Amino acid sequence: MIHLETHVLVVGAGGAGMYAAIAAARNGADVILADKSMIGRGGATIMAQMTTAAALGEEEPDSWEKHLDDTLDAGRGLCNEELSAILCEEAIDRIREMDDWKVGWARKDGKITGVMAPGHSVPRCVYVDFLNTGPAVAKCLRTQVARADSALRISGVAINDVVVDDGVAIGAVGWNLEDETPVTIAANAVVLAAGGLTRLYARNSASINMNGDAYAMALRAGAELMDMEFPQFFPIGHLAPRLVGMDPIMWDPFRYKLGGRLFNADGEEFLHRYGGEDADKYTTTRDIISYGITKENEAGRATDNGGVYLSFRHLSEKVLRDAFGPVIDKLANNGIDLMERDVEVSPIAHYHMGGIRVNGSMETCVPGLYAAGEAVGGANGANRLSGNAIPEAFVFGERAGRFAAEYARGRNRSWVADAAVGHVDQLNAMIGRQTDANGEKAALGGMWAELQRLMWEKVGVLRTGDKLTSALTRIRDMRTELESVAPADDNEFNLTLQDWYDLRSALLTAESVTLAAINRTESRGAHQREDFEQTDPGQTYNQRLRLDNDGSIVSDYLSVAGGAQ
Amino acid sequence: MSSPPKNVPITILRGVPEEETYEETFDVPYREGMSVLDAVVWIRTNVDSSIAFRYSCVNANACKECMVAVDGKTEYACTARLSSDGNTVGPLTNKVLIRDLVTDIVPPKENLRTILAERGEG
Repeated sequence: MIHLETHVLVVGAGGAGMYAAIAAARNGADVILADKSMIGRGGATIMAQMTTAAALGEEEPDSWEKHLDDTLDAGRGLCNEELSAILCEEAIDRIREMDDWKVGWARKDGKITGVMAPGHSVPRCVYVDFLNTGPAVAKCLRTQVARADSALRISGVAINDVVVDDGVAIGAVGWNLEDETPVTIAANAVVLAAGGLTRLYARNSASINMNGDAYAMALRAGAELMDMEFPQFFPIGHLAPRLVGMDPIMWDPFRYKLGGRLFNADGEEFLHRYGGEDADKYTTTRDIISYGITKENEAGRATDNGGVYLSFRHLSEKVLRDAFGPVIDKLANNGIDLMERDVEVSPIAHYHMGGIRVNGSMETCVPGLYAAGEAVGGANGANRLSGNAIPEAFVFGERAGRFAAEYARGRNRSWVADAAVGHVDQLNAMIGRQTDANGEKAALGGMWAELQRLMWEKVGVLRTGDKLTSALTRIRDMRTELESVAPADDNEFNLTLQDWYDLRSALLTAESVTLAAINRTESRGAHQREDFEQTDPGQTYNQRLRLDNDGSIVSDYLSVAGGAQ
Repeated sequence: MSSPPKNVPITILRGVPEEETYEETFDVPYREGMSVLDAVVWIRTNVDSSIAFRYSCVNANACKECMVAVDGKTEYACTARLSSDGNTVGPLTNKVLIRDLVTDIVPPKENLRTILAERGEG
């Protein structure tokens, strides 16, 4: 057993976690930044292709209030306006701070340049490089967090649970992947920055570690979730032919720059049938495109691999090369000649609008427990604007780190080993159980595959009460089944033990999404019900989820904070 | 029409430093254009979840965690194409082996054991 102590523990080292660690350190706190993967390598930020929305107004007049209006419109009435306003206003500060840190925002004539993206009224999406903004941002933050003397970075420590004593967060329990040693960390404040749940879906655009950890840890610690019925599907994820070395959402920048056309298997453009705009434009919002493609599939007009065609064949080679240069050759190496062939695309799970319920200081209802980045629910309502996720990571990360440091500073550490003992015993039982595995290999990979298929088919883009209810039954059974699965008997880098904890989080998160989706009997934003196709103004509320004492999830409804009812 | 699926043999070098390493061969359904990472993920999902392997970003060559030796050559598993005749996949030979395909590529300052050793607590 290893025991560590700090002022602020940040769980998850993507964009939000790294920014939280930087902010906590510069506000006078000792910090531990822990990630089950490697610092600044996992999570969603590093996967970002391009767009980072901020109303800098360098090229065209813009204001954060306009950005806020666009964000609220996209959110379909469910945004927490306080959080949305913080996001839009402080995105400017964070983008400028990153500029000072020499992240390298693309410039034209000395001005940081912004592109137009669906749902925005002004071209305001800044970027570093049209396919590599995420890696550039992650690298910049890795450098900054390494310079923060009071921040200790730990790669390869998986946090399982927040430790709560008398209703207050006092640290966490986890384990060191390299040698399976249990780790306890005493902390005056804990920031959950391990958001995202896209791994729950068979088709997804995320890193392997995005499996709902933050939501599940928050629930188990007594915090509240909101808007869990709203995972976002990216409409045109790459499906076929097999493409390696590029992220499946890579067609987005192509569409920003070149438009592109979508066809079903019969060669027809179809977005107009669903309220969108066809032809060489990229104006239709993500939820409508996802809906349209899924409907075409259901109508039997799908491509061989279950998607639709994205075509740039109407463009000349010169236009393609002028826009994307060497990327055209990279695609050719993948057997994709855009002048000759179309590619198959499909919606893929991409982002989660819902998440942990916090106030403007990123505090949960559990004192000492904070959330940051995609882990936070509310700022994006029922549908997120393209470009709002990366500033959300920066802005909410910075705030969570700053306010957690303020809370933690000067507070006496009050580690209560008794409060951690249940979590430690559970971990030791999992490690010990391996010796009883009877030589059988834990079938955790198979369980993962089943959950991903189940969520994709029944809790995906188009939902019905019947599909959701059958998914809920199976998820609850799987939670029970997981209890009796033994990990493999390895001590070093035991991925089956990690799979077990990942699945524990994933199943609780999946149950939250499914239950919330059953309860919302309307279609709104990213939540589309085939049995309730219209938006019901009477359901303009947020749904709140909590864990009951017996471990079941309970929900109720809250009026939208700051929004019109 | 796509051709009928064929299986290709993937040999994985397994084991921990203190024991003799061994080879284990798996038959993986081949799909045109698939990566070495696709093959390892298929094995973990369908045959043996206990293979130790490090990766995060799946196939975008963004996280840089999945570096292994493919037929003795250092490659990112996510961008190395699987040969239609199969491949041998092993851990990096110039890094300390942890288990199977996982080597110690974590910067020393981020490694908990190294941190504790420097504090005299390890």
